[in-house]
Amino acid sequence: MSKTIQEIQEEIVDEFAMFDDWMQRYEYMIELGKALPLIDEKYKIDENLIKGCQSKVWVHAELENEKLIFTADSDAIITKGIVAILIRAFSNHHPSAIIEADTQFIDDIGLKEHLSPTRANGLVSMIKQLKMYAVAYQTQLN
Amino acid sequence: MSIATNNIAFNVEEIRKDFPILNREVNGYPLVYLDNAATSQTPKQVMNAIVDYYSNYNANIHRGVHSLSQEATDKYEGARKKIQQHFNAEKTHEIIFTSGTTHGINLVASGFASVLKEGDEILVSALEHHSNIVPWQMLCEKTGAILKVIPMNEQGELIYESFEKLLSEKTKMVFLNHVSNALGTINPIKKIIDKAHEKGAAVLIDGAQAAPHIKADVQALNVDFYVVSAHKMCGPTGVGVLYGKEEWLNKLPPYQGGGEMIATVSFEKTTYAELPHKFEAGTPNICGGIAFAAALDYMNAIGFEAISRYEEELLGYATLKLQEIEGMKLYGTARDKTAVISFNIEGLHPYDIGTLVDKMGIAVRTGHHCAQPIMDFYKIPGTVRASFSFYNTKEEIDRFIDAVKKAKSMLS
Repeated sequence: MSKTIQEIQEEIVDEFAMFDDWMQRYEYMIELGKALPLIDEKYKIDENLIKGCQSKVWVHAELENEKLIFTADSDAIITKGIVAILIRAFSNHHPSAIIEADTQFIDDIGLKEHLSPTRANGLVSMIKQLKMYAVAYQTQLN
Repeated sequence: MSIATNNIAFNVEEIRKDFPILNREVNGYPLVYLDNAATSQTPKQVMNAIVDYYSNYNANIHRGVHSLSQEATDKYEGARKKIQQHFNAEKTHEIIFTSGTTHGINLVASGFASVLKEGDEILVSALEHHSNIVPWQMLCEKTGAILKVIPMNEQGELIYESFEKLLSEKTKMVFLNHVSNALGTINPIKKIIDKAHEKGAAVLIDGAQAAPHIKADVQALNVDFYVVSAHKMCGPTGVGVLYGKEEWLNKLPPYQGGGEMIATVSFEKTTYAELPHKFEAGTPNICGGIAFAAALDYMNAIGFEAISRYEEELLGYATLKLQEIEGMKLYGTARDKTAVISFNIEGLHPYDIGTLVDKMGIAVRTGHHCAQPIMDFYKIPGTVRASFSFYNTKEEIDRFIDAVKKAKSMLS
């Protein structure tokens, strides 16, 4: 049985809890950003751009065996790290689980400031976009 | 730290005591505020003017016969007089209070709808804040006038020869900023104003970025309209002024209808009030206007010459230090510029740098600075912009440079 979104989120929170300061947290995020599995170049098109980001963020979603697989990229590395965290939590799950998923863990890992709507990285828009994909594919499954 | 300028009265440590916000910490570090081109910080003297207004004479102006209203009116009109003197306008009623630069530009652009006809031309510079281009686009849609753009070169300077070529008898309005917000370029506005006048075109100068550094003399410039915001020059947000030559202001129709701007009203006909009230419908930002004058008093007491000399020193120091960083690319290297540095580091996104330096207590701006056409010109998504003010120090620049270096090593 694969892990639930909740379990993965707890795992991420535990990982971030190991760091004492912001520097280490950001260094880890930068690492995650560098390790993000890249989106196929053909999906890096304007229609897949998330609005509300100062940096460019592309997200693509595909349904495989009733599970939604996300791939993404960004031209800014910290943003890429944030997307990587989101994808790790949300990718490879049933759309209904993604729709219902809580996002409290972002706050818990000390990235709360990125949740503010004035923050130009548009974390809120990213979460919204992932959930929108889930809603769209959910209707296909019904 | 005393600064080796010719003005011995300029002591940055003493000046910093006037700005309580400079003592605060951000993310566990003492704040280094280098986003002065977005908004400047407020000295105690201006805060005191605001507290004094609400504590002692808060009342609506130009209406009541009671003493408080009279007092508020006197202070507000006194502020107008002070602003007139600062910009050396010929007449007090040529100073129109606005909510800021954008409001001033919209007021003029909207008024020009009654002046322009189809086929007339408006020239704007490629260095504009993009939100300031929109009122002219709207005006062109409304009137059938044509918008033309004065291009810039690699250094971020307007190409004067192109301006001369674009200018013709059809040109009715030229609009440009005195100083570019994204690059800090100081435009040769006197030369442009004189040339435009030869063809009979009016000139509106956006002085928002210039006013904190350069004291403009609107009579010497012979400019038709000049607009500024108080919050860029130690004053509060939500207030600014439009200077307009009397003959132009009389020619333009009112911008908004309401109280204060009318002389007589009946259902058949309303006659408008005299200048400046014709353009000041409704209850204005009374306290803001008074605080704006207090801010001008504050800056004039230090002296604009001393301010710009000191800021130039900061700019030179920061430019030199930044250039030592490998992969550094500076944008806007005009000979004449204010204390603004726009830059990128090769291979790094400005947003990443801005995020990390913020974590070290440094406030800079990242992004396109509302000047998308300029970013398109350089083919970049944006820049990191550090903008300095007379209350910044070389020690703060050192901390900024260290933070940029640290961010770079984390990101590379």
